[in-house]
Amino acid sequence: MNIVVCIKQVPDTETVVKIAGDGKSIVTDDIKWVMNPYDEFGVEEALRIQKAQGGQVTVVGAGPDRVVEALRTALAMGADKAVHIKDDNLYGADPMTVAKLLAKAIEPLNADLIFLGQRAVDDDSGVVSSALAEYLNLPQLSVITKVEVTDGKVKVERPVEGQTLVIESSLPAVITAQKGLNEPRYASLPGIMKAKKKPLEIKTPADLGVERADQIEIAAIVPPPQRAPGRKIQGETPAELAANLAKALKEEAKVI
Amino acid sequence: MAGVWIIAEQRDGDFRKITFEAASAAKKVADELGGEVTALVLGAGLADKCAALGKYGVAKVLYVDNPALAEYAAEAYANVCAELIKKGGPDVVLMGASMQGKDLGGRLAAKLGTGIAVDCTALAVEGGKLKATRPMYAGKVYADLFIKGSPQMASLRPNVFDVKEVGGQAAVETVSADPGSVRTAVVDKVVAGAGKVDLTEADVIVSGGRGMKEAVNFHIIEELASKLGAAVGASRSAVDAGWRPHTDQVGQTGKVVTPNLYIACGISGAIQHLAGMGSSKVIVAINKDPDAPIHTKADFCVVGDLFEVVPELTKELEK
Ligand SMILES: Cc1cc2nc3c(=O)[nH]c(=O)nc-3n(C[C@H](O)[C@H](O)[C@H](O)COP(=O)(O)OP(=O)(O)OC[C@H]3O[C@@H](n4cnc5c(N)ncnc54)[C@H](O)[C@@H]3O)c2cc1C
Ligand SMILES: Nc1ncnc2c1ncn2[C@@H]1O[C@H](COP(=O)(O)O)[C@@H](O)[C@H]1O
Repeated sequence: MNIVVCIKQVPDTETVVKIAGDGKSIVTDDIKWVMNPYDEFGVEEALRIQKAQGGQVTVVGAGPDRVVEALRTALAMGADKAVHIKDDNLYGADPMTVAKLLAKAIEPLNADLIFLGQRAVDDDSGVVSSALAEYLNLPQLSVITKVEVTDGKVKVERPVEGQTLVIESSLPAVITAQKGLNEPRYASLPGIMKAKKKPLEIKTPADLGVERADQIEIAAIVPPPQRAPGRKIQGETPAELAANLAKALKEEAKVI
Repeated sequence: MAGVWIIAEQRDGDFRKITFEAASAAKKVADELGGEVTALVLGAGLADKCAALGKYGVAKVLYVDNPALAEYAAEAYANVCAELIKKGGPDVVLMGASMQGKDLGGRLAAKLGTGIAVDCTALAVEGGKLKATRPMYAGKVYADLFIKGSPQMASLRPNVFDVKEVGGQAAVETVSADPGSVRTAVVDKVVAGAGKVDLTEADVIVSGGRGMKEAVNFHIIEELASKLGAAVGASRSAVDAGWRPHTDQVGQTGKVVTPNLYIACGISGAIQHLAGMGSSKVIVAINKDPDAPIHTKADFCVVGDLFEVVPELTKELEK
């Protein structure tokens, strides 16, 4: 079983996001970069399937040199090898561009399963996976909370609005991980030591034959709309607080 | 047949609310661009229901009736939509950023060689082009985007765009298109409790956090929610403690919700939680700590013990 996991390096979720001088991007200095939390679920699932069925786990990440840290983290968790698609200007690119690069890098790996995160917590788009599936002409299973691989097939659970779908697919397939899939392991100290010696291949967009053609143009990045300041509900007793709140919701906000 | 197209969404033969939201948003865009709204409807046995989309500003429905499309499947839907879009050449294609639209959008955009702005919260027309606004970095910033490719595609965050009834019946044309081969199949379906509203579609949400202290205490949240016809949500702490299922988690690694009313009980308001509910129309915080960050985001702050205030609120609403 050849398993590929795509890993995006993203700002830690605590990051204070500052808009850059050009008004079209964010300031990337002083950011603590981490593996996208959903990609951790992908790495964990790949390692569990590998343990049960054998095979190789390859992690792939696209972006500037710092991305290697996220790839090493995955190697330290237990992945076998990494491919770094090196592109210093990729951060903030159209997900379609990223998907094209990933498709070209993954094509020669003969993957049976490809894991991604259900969305990256920076661009919050969740577009890369289904575009990748299309470029590779593979079925897609997105936002998945359970994976079972048997007899050359995969069975997954996909919660949608108000129901959970159990879906079967042929292999190879593209799967995106949702919270609930598993509890990702931490990299152990021996794991971290071993990761340093594991193979890491570097490819450029030119090596992959991909010319950048973003289909999305960011015209402006602006602060979120300001909310009007809130109001403290008055009252001496819980009953008074409740009565005043109910009144405010009915008469002022008119939401109930 | 240029203009603005929407990809309708149906389940078990009924259109979902997001379809009406998308139609209303499309109508506004079409009025500004000059053109009409066409709805693509994929399904089986829906012929009688299509004309009613006229009520929301749809002039024309292209209906593909095929048992293979009764249930959403990414490959089949992408194949059919791509074929019809290539033929019809719309300027703009809109869909919901629902579970269906999120799954379909990237694949369809890749097929068409265009781009997509996903999970948009506002649309405008500027210089004859669609300008889409969407939150990024968990709502810490918003981006204005133009789509360079054609058609310009965007998906719309549920519960954000108003449904407007403008009356009328749509003209319905039945067309055929090839779903192609599909490698996935839904083999089972587990329904999450009859009549349960999903968080992403709920008008009102009552959420509980670590302040609930124990799983059993959630009954007071359930009781308030049932009075309000609300869905029940939770913070990650409540989910990680095993008090609520993962599907209830609101936040950066949970669901992004946009109800009219969000009531946070015993939730401190960590940045990752705010990421999921910060764009709710009205926010109420019930928290005994006056310095809890949730109070700085709330429209109405109740500083008090949730175990006392929430049952009183339920009682108050029974009056
Ligand atoms: C990568 C990452 C992703 C994350 N994603 C999410 C996410 O998606 N969603 C999410 O929610 N969190 C997420 N978190 C966790 C987040 O940082 C917080 O830890 C979490 O939201 C805290 O939950 P809480 O508010 O329920 O608990 P606490 O922060 O412990 O707050 C409990 C609150 O309850 C109040 N309280 C206690 N007793 C009472 C009472 N009797 N009456 C009234 N008030 C009372 C307290 O004053 C306190 O403010 C994420 C964290 C990370 C690192
Ligand atoms: N630059 C990247 N390198 C590797 N994988 C990526 C990259 N960008 C996105 N992905 C993958 O695609 C998923 C969804 O990202 P997005 O579509 O940008 O929200 C992520 O969780 C990753 O698995």
